[in-house]
Amino acid sequence: MSEARTQILATIRGSLKRGSLPAEGQAALDQRLGQPRSGPIPARSQLDPVARIDLFVGEAERVDATVDRVAGAAEIPTAIATYLAGRNLPGIIKMAPDPALRAIPWSENTALSVTEGPGVGDDMVSVTTAFAGVAETGTLVLLSGPEAPTTLNFVPDTHIVVIDAGCIAGTYEQVWTEIRAAVGGPLPRTVNWITGPSRTADIEQTLLLGAHGPRRLHIVVVENRDPENG
Amino acid sequence: MPPTTPRPSPRATPAAGTGDALESTTRAFDANTRRALADTNLQDALARLSHGFPARRRDAVARMPEFEQLRDAARDIKVHVLENLDAYLERFEARVKDNGGQVHWARDAAEARDLILGICRDVGARTVTKSKSMIGEEIAINEHLENNGVEPVETDLGEYIIQLRHEPPSHLIAPAIHLSKTQVAETFRKVHEQFPAERSLEEPRVLLDEARSVLRSRYFEADVGLTGANMLVAETGSVVVVTNEGNADLTQSLPRVHVVIASIEKVVPTLEDATAILRVLARSATGQEMSVYTTFSSGPRRPGDLDGPDAYHVIILDNGRSKMLGGDFHEMLRCIRCGACLNHCPVYKSIGGHAYGWVYSGPMGAVLTPNLIGLEDTGKLPNASTLCGKCEEICPMRIPLPKMLRHWREQQFATRQTPATSRAGMKLWAFLARRPALYRLATGTAMAVLGMLGRRRGRFRTLPMVGGWTAARDLPAPQGPTFSSLWKQRNGGTS
Amino acid sequence: MPEQPVTVGLFVTCLVDLMRPAVGFAAVKLLTDAGCTVSVPAGQTCCGQPAYNSGDSADAGAIARQVIAAFEGVDCVVAPSGSCAGMIKHHYPLLFADDPAMAARAEALAGRTHELTSFLRDVLEVSDIDVEFSAKATYHDGCSGLREMGVKEQPRALLAGVRGLTLEEGAEAETCCGFGGLFCVKYPEISGHIVDAKVDDVMATGADVLLGGDLGCLLNIAGRLKRRGSAIAVRHVAEVLADATNDAPPIAEGNAGGGDG
Repeated sequence: MSEARTQILATIRGSLKRGSLPAEGQAALDQRLGQPRSGPIPARSQLDPVARIDLFVGEAERVDATVDRVAGAAEIPTAIATYLAGRNLPGIIKMAPDPALRAIPWSENTALSVTEGPGVGDDMVSVTTAFAGVAETGTLVLLSGPEAPTTLNFVPDTHIVVIDAGCIAGTYEQVWTEIRAAVGGPLPRTVNWITGPSRTADIEQTLLLGAHGPRRLHIVVVENRDPENG
Repeated sequence: MPPTTPRPSPRATPAAGTGDALESTTRAFDANTRRALADTNLQDALARLSHGFPARRRDAVARMPEFEQLRDAARDIKVHVLENLDAYLERFEARVKDNGGQVHWARDAAEARDLILGICRDVGARTVTKSKSMIGEEIAINEHLENNGVEPVETDLGEYIIQLRHEPPSHLIAPAIHLSKTQVAETFRKVHEQFPAERSLEEPRVLLDEARSVLRSRYFEADVGLTGANMLVAETGSVVVVTNEGNADLTQSLPRVHVVIASIEKVVPTLEDATAILRVLARSATGQEMSVYTTFSSGPRRPGDLDGPDAYHVIILDNGRSKMLGGDFHEMLRCIRCGACLNHCPVYKSIGGHAYGWVYSGPMGAVLTPNLIGLEDTGKLPNASTLCGKCEEICPMRIPLPKMLRHWREQQFATRQTPATSRAGMKLWAFLARRPALYRLATGTAMAVLGMLGRRRGRFRTLPMVGGWTAARDLPAPQGPTFSSLWKQRNGGTS
Repeated sequence: MPEQPVTVGLFVTCLVDLMRPAVGFAAVKLLTDAGCTVSVPAGQTCCGQPAYNSGDSADAGAIARQVIAAFEGVDCVVAPSGSCAGMIKHHYPLLFADDPAMAARAEALAGRTHELTSFLRDVLEVSDIDVEFSAKATYHDGCSGLREMGVKEQPRALLAGVRGLTLEEGAEAETCCGFGGLFCVKYPEISGHIVDAKVDDVMATGADVLLGGDLGCLLNIAGRLKRRGSAIAVRHVAEVLADATNDAPPIAEGNAGGGDG
């Protein structure tokens, strides 16, 4: 143990006019950490599934993300190709090596060329999944891992996120509960909350998109409905 | 366009053998103030800030009916943490280690600087990318790295601009708020020699794109990425960093080493607690509902990961904070550095951040700075407030800033640091105020004279001994007879 | 309204006492008209705020003791100032942290202390102010009144009953005027800058009268308005509500010329 550590902790205890927390105090903290409590939950996110997805879309668009809603995975390549073509962006995609993305029939759309890997210098467009969405603020929650390199979220100019409508929760707290259940251990190296594309107002308070991260954030919500009835 | 005059400003110099880092100009507060008030570029910038941030915060609050409850919850979390700070820091440390990271402790700025430099040397680092960190400013890490052959590169746009200009930040979340786009263009034209000299740099968009292109390669070259922390999560050993630009994410995911520098009070218990505080942070800061990028990082890259740093260090800095616990300034440790108190302060909005003379400015700076670098050099700061209470009204953590400004004034008075003339004047006035009969005699006479002199115009343009008042405004004349004398007449000598 | 007449001790405030007695008499009239029995305890001088905000808590405490003793016999203490009322209500109890007996007396006084317009409106429930004052007015919310005493709607509700008066709100009505007690003489440049912004906001309303509930702010704003050559008249709200605008020319205006508006 470093001398600095010892001294800092001792000064804290001295200022608080006590020694180390007694056993019952320690136990109370461990209990608080073991059973996380939510603070006040804004009412606006407490909605039925249909309204929740609408709220997610509305909030994401409010922070300058664009959103496409597709009936099923089969529609994703065309939806993305159309989005890119509409903005004169190349159909060259760096995709996260995620089984769910691999299952998408990319080859059916000849306008797209898809490779996999982390984000590197000249990547223009990335496609990733999201673990969840948060309707409250139109926020995407992405977990890093072998199938989800973090750099894809930040390096390319255009970040396209494919999310299953069923993964859109009302609040951040619900997503934490789901993450704990899904990972069953330490958090992934990074949990990224992404709320719109990169921006800055550092020059004369002028809001500009695309500061260092993506200039564009495009969200494809897969509704998994029957396309005939959609 | 007028030429840019260089701004005499705090000069960052590691002071040998002390924990102090940044040479302050807090003693020169009055001169700083006069310069700031005469600086038209700065005044234009402050006018933009005054109309921007507060209105955006108001709109964000209006969209969140539970905002006051959220403030209470956020405050309560920090109240609890501070009471158990040692235990939460120990738990955070243990979790970081479980995650494969390393934790270092620094008592003061000098220790923190040496730890960071040591990590850089261990990996043979030549370049360090940095995402904006107030602790980085507090310990003046950039100068220390430069002096030791490591190049620090600021990546937040505003911070990058002021690094090129060798200036300190003038605002917690908008460090280059004091500059015009013309000043930024002049700086870029001078420093970015790789571009054609005659290029157009009039639009903020063009300036941003130029900075983006320059910094892109720097991210990939860097050996070490240094970030601050908005919070540390004890439950998971996670470091929470919030940006809008995405620079902190490129800073922490591209280099081989990620170093976090955070002060002790940043720890919170759980992810839910961090979430509760995040709900008030951006709304208070920029009026956004949530910042664009909120990143919870927990250790170095995991087996199978395709990116992320190989090594992960967290430096926990005290620098005077452990002594603030339990005392008059305990509640200041709840501060989450949102900048709302700056944006709403009539004094900050008049003089900007540099006049405060050190890293922190506005009401939070006037309370915190004397704690960190001593009251003796910073005595002007806690006095430069009207105590209007706006800061406390809007502070997401409900920090009683006016009360703490008064605490500093009490310490100054008690230790005779208040200027002798003010002190003597106060004592004379209090002597009279405690003797009603004498007070009435003295004030009655004075007011009768002033009332007579001022009767015709109703005001004075100048008057001896009140130059402070009449510099900017006329002095309204008293009616003449005092209320107490008139009341006595009216009631036949009784009350 | 209560059955028994309420006994009110008027805390005149030092600025009203010295600079503008008309405000004190207006307050007495408003309270008397509303059925109160008003006294002006002789032991008062100032609330002690200048000492308190200068860090001189010993003198602030001594002055507070004097005020506490002077007002112990009345039901309520009323001040034509949110700032002085706020000092008594919120800060006196803090001055006696080490003296439980005094702290209890300070708490008791705090519980009985009110700012004038909020006392008229919230306690006495005054709703029928029968006066006429033809003016386009704007209102400055003094900081302590607004933030410590919750004074915002009360003066406006009372003014709504004044015939001929319309109220134009300034966008920055709640922003500090830069007075700050001794702040304005210790930091004259900053204070001057802040009051200039306040004056800009007042002028932008197109009002011909500025009203407020704190004489400190009003002296400051009036001084700057006149320095800038403005014809906007400045008065304490009590003068208008008590129909006492003939008792004294507007603040910083003389007998030589210029009445209201």
